[in-house]
Amino acid sequence: MAAPTVTVARSTGRAPTALGGVGRVVEHHWRWYRRNWRATAVSSILQPLLFLLAFGVGFGALVGSGPQAAAATGGVPYLVWLAPALLAMSAAQSAAFDSTYPILSGFKWQRIYLAMSAGPITGAQVGLGVLAWTGMKMFWSGAVYVVVIAIFGGVQGPGIIVSLLAALLTGLAVASLITAFAATVENEGNAFSALFRFVVIPMTLFSGTFFPVDRLPEWVQPVVWISPLWHGTEVARGAALGTWQLLPTLGHLAVLVGLLVVGSVLVARLFTRRLAT
Amino acid sequence: MVIAARPVGVSGYGLVVSDALVQARGLRKSFGAFEAVRGIDVDVAPGEVFGFLGPNGAGKSSTMRMIACVSPRSAGTLSVLGMDPGSDGPRIRARIGVVPQLDNLDAELSVRENLEIYGRYFGLPRRHVREKATELLEFAQLTERAGDTVEELSGGMKRRLTIARSLVNDPELLLLDEPTTGLDPQARHLLWDRLYRLKREGVTQIVTTHYMDEAEQLCDRLVVMDGGVIAAEGAPAELIGRYSTREVLELRFDPEHRPSAAALERHADRVEELPDRFLLYTSDGERTQGDVVGAGFVPLSSLVRRSSLEDVFLRLTGRTLVD
Repeated sequence: MAAPTVTVARSTGRAPTALGGVGRVVEHHWRWYRRNWRATAVSSILQPLLFLLAFGVGFGALVGSGPQAAAATGGVPYLVWLAPALLAMSAAQSAAFDSTYPILSGFKWQRIYLAMSAGPITGAQVGLGVLAWTGMKMFWSGAVYVVVIAIFGGVQGPGIIVSLLAALLTGLAVASLITAFAATVENEGNAFSALFRFVVIPMTLFSGTFFPVDRLPEWVQPVVWISPLWHGTEVARGAALGTWQLLPTLGHLAVLVGLLVVGSVLVARLFTRRLAT
Repeated sequence: MVIAARPVGVSGYGLVVSDALVQARGLRKSFGAFEAVRGIDVDVAPGEVFGFLGPNGAGKSSTMRMIACVSPRSAGTLSVLGMDPGSDGPRIRARIGVVPQLDNLDAELSVRENLEIYGRYFGLPRRHVREKATELLEFAQLTERAGDTVEELSGGMKRRLTIARSLVNDPELLLLDEPTTGLDPQARHLLWDRLYRLKREGVTQIVTTHYMDEAEQLCDRLVVMDGGVIAAEGAPAELIGRYSTREVLELRFDPEHRPSAAALERHADRVEELPDRFLLYTSDGERTQGDVVGAGFVPLSSLVRRSSLEDVFLRLTGRTLVD
């Protein structure tokens, strides 16, 4: 056939910048959120509320204010002592949920990551955009949580705002590592349930959220040190109660930032690999 | 094995120059030990609709993914829109449209939102994507469903939306991987009509399909792929003329009284034996039918039809396209 002379349509597509590509992925999720925020808002308020009622109010009454409790909490009411740690725990938990099945769905079920990377943005931009969105959603869920805690009388001062930021950093570090892991999961299988059973739940229980970790046997302590949630909890609680010390705090922050950097690099690499086969 | 049919000029300096939108030489793709594409040469000219015809597993989709700059090539050279997918992936992808084999729409967003949000990935301003979405909804006959979520659409509508979405950046090159697989005949015809309109507007298209009728309907030129290599190349009618006779007589027999292929051979140019029927290749099907009955054969049913790309494929590979 002889190709007829045709005016080929001019494509208007441009490749967004590196940051612009990440921003487009965030915008996509924001579109989704605008449609579905009610469902997520209910769970992001309900879950903290249940934890506050069960542990802060119910269990807190049991803890009481005797000398033993005061020695553990530094003399503040149990709810006040618990609240900043709950912020960090809730961030880490929602990070774990948002970074498992939704990620696998983006690759395998809905395959929207494939659609995104068929355009001018790269696999790395898709991954980092997803991570950035997880962080944004985590931030405002945390802000709502702060308000709920304040209503229950668990807020002592403005330091809780710093706790919120520490919780965000903790959640992002956890999200980056789990998102990277999820990018390697091919099938639903047992990978995620094993992750929750052997990593997320132990981390939730033994990171100093509900009781100080020095109450644990000595041989367990090194295990606690590798938990990002413990580092985050220490910073969040120190900020809320004003009990933090410079060097340990810097150490905790360095661990969290280090994990986030490693996690982000892995996310960028593994998304690139998975989307280009 | 491979025929590069597009005119490729040779300049005075001995350099090969080409106006091809897509040009591949010795293109290969392997996954571990398995070689999906085993050295193909392809030239796609501006404005044409080019097809890859072949059964599942022939290497069509792997080739498409390399052209779409989402799958790195294992060997050979490839240029798309004059650029190298290895180094210019994002710039190429900004100017092409892709319809993947499996829909990957955002099922929880509305039809309109899917178009608008996709346009944003191409760096297009919000106002532009809103206007473009309105135009594309009309094109895909989805204006009335604009506010519905994608989950509520039928398979044909989803496919039309995927095609509309692939046009959001006004691509110069459109890649369609099995565009109508799984659709009912009515939905297929509507899609073909839309693709034909795009062709008239000058959008170059590359289509993979394992449907011979689709290839004949849509493609100006195609390659027949099998086992990762190109078995033949040309316009549909040209291929039929080259590899098949004008007509085909299809004969079905009672399994008890089924004759051998050899017994039928002297009545036709060539005989193919399929599990359920014989195909007799001949220039005049009616006359061959008379000859066969005259020779004492009693088929349960017989049918005279024109040769198609299916016959070309059968001739080239000894197998049928769709079982």
